[in-house]
Amino acid sequence: MSEPMEPLDGGQPQRSDQPRPGLRYRLAQAATDLLRTRIDKSTWRIRLVALGFAGLFSIIGGKLVYLGFKPEPQSLRRAASEAVSRPRPEILDRNGEVLATDIKVMSVFAEPRRIIDKDEAVELLTAVLPDVNAKELRERLGSRKGFVWVKRGIKPKEQEEVFRLGLPGVSFLPENKRVYPNGPVAAHVLGYTNVDNYGIAGIEKYIDGQGLNDLTMAGFRLDPADLKPVRLSIDLRVTHAIRDELEKGIERFKAKAGAAAILDVNTGEVIALASLPDYDPNNPSDALDPLHINRMTVGVYEMGSTFKAISIAMAMEANKVNLNSRVDARESLRYGKFTIHDFHAQRRMLSVPEVFTYSSNIGTARMAMMVGVEGHKAFLRKMGQLDRLRTELPESAEPIVPRHWGELNTITIAFGQGLNVAPLQAMMAVGALSNGGQMITPTFLKRTEEEARANATQIVRPEVSEALRYLMRVNAEKGSARTVDIRGYFVGGKTGTADKIVHGHYAKDRVFTTFMAIAPADKPRYLFLTLMDEPQALPETQGYRTAAWNSGAVTGKIIERVANMLNLPPRLDLPTQPFPLLARLGYGYVNTPSKGN
Amino acid sequence: MVSRAERSPFADWWWTVDRWLLASLGALMVLGLVLTLAGSPPVAERLGLSTFHFVNRQVGYLIPAAALMIATSFLSPRHVRRSALLVFGLGIALVIAAIMFGHEVKGARRWIFGIQPSEFVKPAFVVLAAWAFSEGARRRDVPANILAILLLPATIVPLILQPDFGQTMLISMVWAALFFMAGLHWFWVAGIGGVGASGVLVAYKFVPHVRLRIEKFIDPASGVGASDTFQVDTAMESFISGGWLGKGPGEGTLKRILPDSHTDFIFAVTGEEFGVLFCIGIVTLFAFIVLRVLWLASKNEDPFCRFASAGLVMLFGLQSAINMAVNVHLMPAKGMTLPFISYGGSSLISLALGMGFLIAVTRRRPKSQIIGRVME
Repeated sequence: MSEPMEPLDGGQPQRSDQPRPGLRYRLAQAATDLLRTRIDKSTWRIRLVALGFAGLFSIIGGKLVYLGFKPEPQSLRRAASEAVSRPRPEILDRNGEVLATDIKVMSVFAEPRRIIDKDEAVELLTAVLPDVNAKELRERLGSRKGFVWVKRGIKPKEQEEVFRLGLPGVSFLPENKRVYPNGPVAAHVLGYTNVDNYGIAGIEKYIDGQGLNDLTMAGFRLDPADLKPVRLSIDLRVTHAIRDELEKGIERFKAKAGAAAILDVNTGEVIALASLPDYDPNNPSDALDPLHINRMTVGVYEMGSTFKAISIAMAMEANKVNLNSRVDARESLRYGKFTIHDFHAQRRMLSVPEVFTYSSNIGTARMAMMVGVEGHKAFLRKMGQLDRLRTELPESAEPIVPRHWGELNTITIAFGQGLNVAPLQAMMAVGALSNGGQMITPTFLKRTEEEARANATQIVRPEVSEALRYLMRVNAEKGSARTVDIRGYFVGGKTGTADKIVHGHYAKDRVFTTFMAIAPADKPRYLFLTLMDEPQALPETQGYRTAAWNSGAVTGKIIERVANMLNLPPRLDLPTQPFPLLARLGYGYVNTPSKGN
Repeated sequence: MVSRAERSPFADWWWTVDRWLLASLGALMVLGLVLTLAGSPPVAERLGLSTFHFVNRQVGYLIPAAALMIATSFLSPRHVRRSALLVFGLGIALVIAAIMFGHEVKGARRWIFGIQPSEFVKPAFVVLAAWAFSEGARRRDVPANILAILLLPATIVPLILQPDFGQTMLISMVWAALFFMAGLHWFWVAGIGGVGASGVLVAYKFVPHVRLRIEKFIDPASGVGASDTFQVDTAMESFISGGWLGKGPGEGTLKRILPDSHTDFIFAVTGEEFGVLFCIGIVTLFAFIVLRVLWLASKNEDPFCRFASAGLVMLFGLQSAINMAVNVHLMPAKGMTLPFISYGGSSLISLALGMGFLIAVTRRRPKSQIIGRVME
């Protein structure tokens, strides 16, 4: 702008007679005005800038205050206490033997934020701990967490080697590791834990559900000394014995699988349980193999003739038959297009004990038909055979009940076909039928008879229970259960052989055999069950594969071996009056032994 | 004690200098040394140098820098202008020489003869711009404003060619603020604001690494993987882990993995070892210097001194504010050091020069001198 111009005079008046110079003048003036800077404005403009700076620094200060209030993402102590596996109570057997306990092991952890050279750390750590995956470890160390595990449960030598690496941000924590000193013995009852020592199966899971988890969640630091040991009903020695006998039996009869259990019929305690093949809970991944299920509670099977005991008790309880009744077994039972045969067909009228000892399908079916479909269903429900059996073990299976239960179903179920139940469930029923008629839910925890009886319900009259024991005794004396008649223990028993269903049809050459034995039959204490899946016929079993030859034989061996441990002393003389109630009711003959042992 | 009666140059200086400013700058220099002790050893170790390599060098630079600052502060405004012109001419020449002959470091040619000439251009440019604006405001006939406008491209074009966007941005902002202070019409204020905004937009559009940084700031997840935000995330963690009172000197661990812990991110290291309260203290110190000088500037009657002091302190204030804002994640990462605190020889000497100019132009002077000059 070469011309000096006065901004405040001359430009304002408008001259209408000279529009062009006026316009040019005004434009020039406006342009000058635009380009001019004015010192008088600068004072407050500088202050405006100062205000801007004050705001800028305040924002930075504010962000700093915000950062100051921000809590540290996760303190190491807290992260560590959350990550470390917590202690668990010991599990003891009924005599105080240790079944499961915690040991202290060291675990290596790292604080990724404190590790300076992560690649170097990975290289050194994997050199010392070769089973740690380098790629995964690098990923974990690359995370922004304050705490990550490197390896859990290391050996003292490994610990020393890691220590000698001298890596900052790598350190050790003592942890609890669950060990099962008896290996696979009672594995299915105990269950197992995960790497954080949380119970994920069996009694271990049950313990967690009983408040241990709640305590941990609430942030209590659990002192192992404060945790009360859990006492099981299991007897370690007996369990080992039955597992051993079962193992031998399975090997001998080349069975696919098998299971055995002992139930205290007066308390409902499961004294021993074995299911083969099994697994070692110290190596829990084995437990996931479907072959390794607990066949006593998770497997459901047609229990075969063992169920006849329930059917006869039902007919007796309903007063449809008594020990003196005779049932028509002269010819096969026809129902529609089905015909029911007897395995040991007698083709005559059978007494009730004969129905039991000859294991007559026709006889039991007729007795069930006397009670009728609804009565049958109601009785089985009362016996707990139609609902899932719930014990402390989380692993259990629902029985497979026919959807449309007609008369044919009642006929077949009466002799043990068409209803699949868990074997322990069947034991509960037979136990109730032998202990005087009281239904006691099985337990894996130690309990007294008073506690058990307090919650028990009477489901059959005591004399029916006694009659059933008599039937089982007779069966052991001269019926199908003779293999189990161990001298001095007054054992009663019932066999069960069910043809397996293959592709929807009963296969003749594949059987599922069960054997139930009660000892002693006069004053019942223990119920034994052995079952075998596909045992083979052997020359020494005369080509038979029925229950008495395999499951029965194993049960006999078991009784012989464990009776002492169970405090069942052998009696030199037979009880003189084993069934007093029946005698009083006029069945005096029941007390006369048919055989001399 | 320095006598008021004797009019020795030193006495003159002592009685006219703004002692608050002097004391604050002295405090910053000492702080810088202490914090370099905290922030530089990890870097030195990483580079295989002796632990206190950077500390020793910082001390080595600090002594001449302090001397330079004091010496410069003795200059009269006239001499300030002349030396600024000299430094500017030399600086631009060296910048161009660096572009032509300098060796490339991290994709930019900024270094020649072991110095970064652009650092020296900054204060000199501000002084010259203040000179031009004051002349433009004082007289209506001189084309000083045109000169002031032309000064900007003359400075930033070589800088962009280096390229050095951080300095370019800083210089442009100070220049714009000076123009605003000089009483520019609001029309231009809006216009320059628009140009600035479009400049940022153009940089975002056509300069890949600027674009990447901005995108990363807006949405950290969008980057090329999580490690891209490593610097800023680690800086945040430093402040958080330090808490209010810090872990204690030498106790920091995150500084070991924080890149540029001795330069751009020394503020985060301070947060970790000395705590958030200490950091707020540093912010306050910077704010005090900036606000005090702006206040003095607003009262200064000499247009040149007013603009020069405001411009120099804005340069200083913007640089520190940007650095701290990046550290506390209020801004995308920007290569800018924290004045007097970050390690760096060239930057320390250039800061000393700028602050020397600043002290010189904030010195109280008899009114007669100013009026004399205004009436000239």
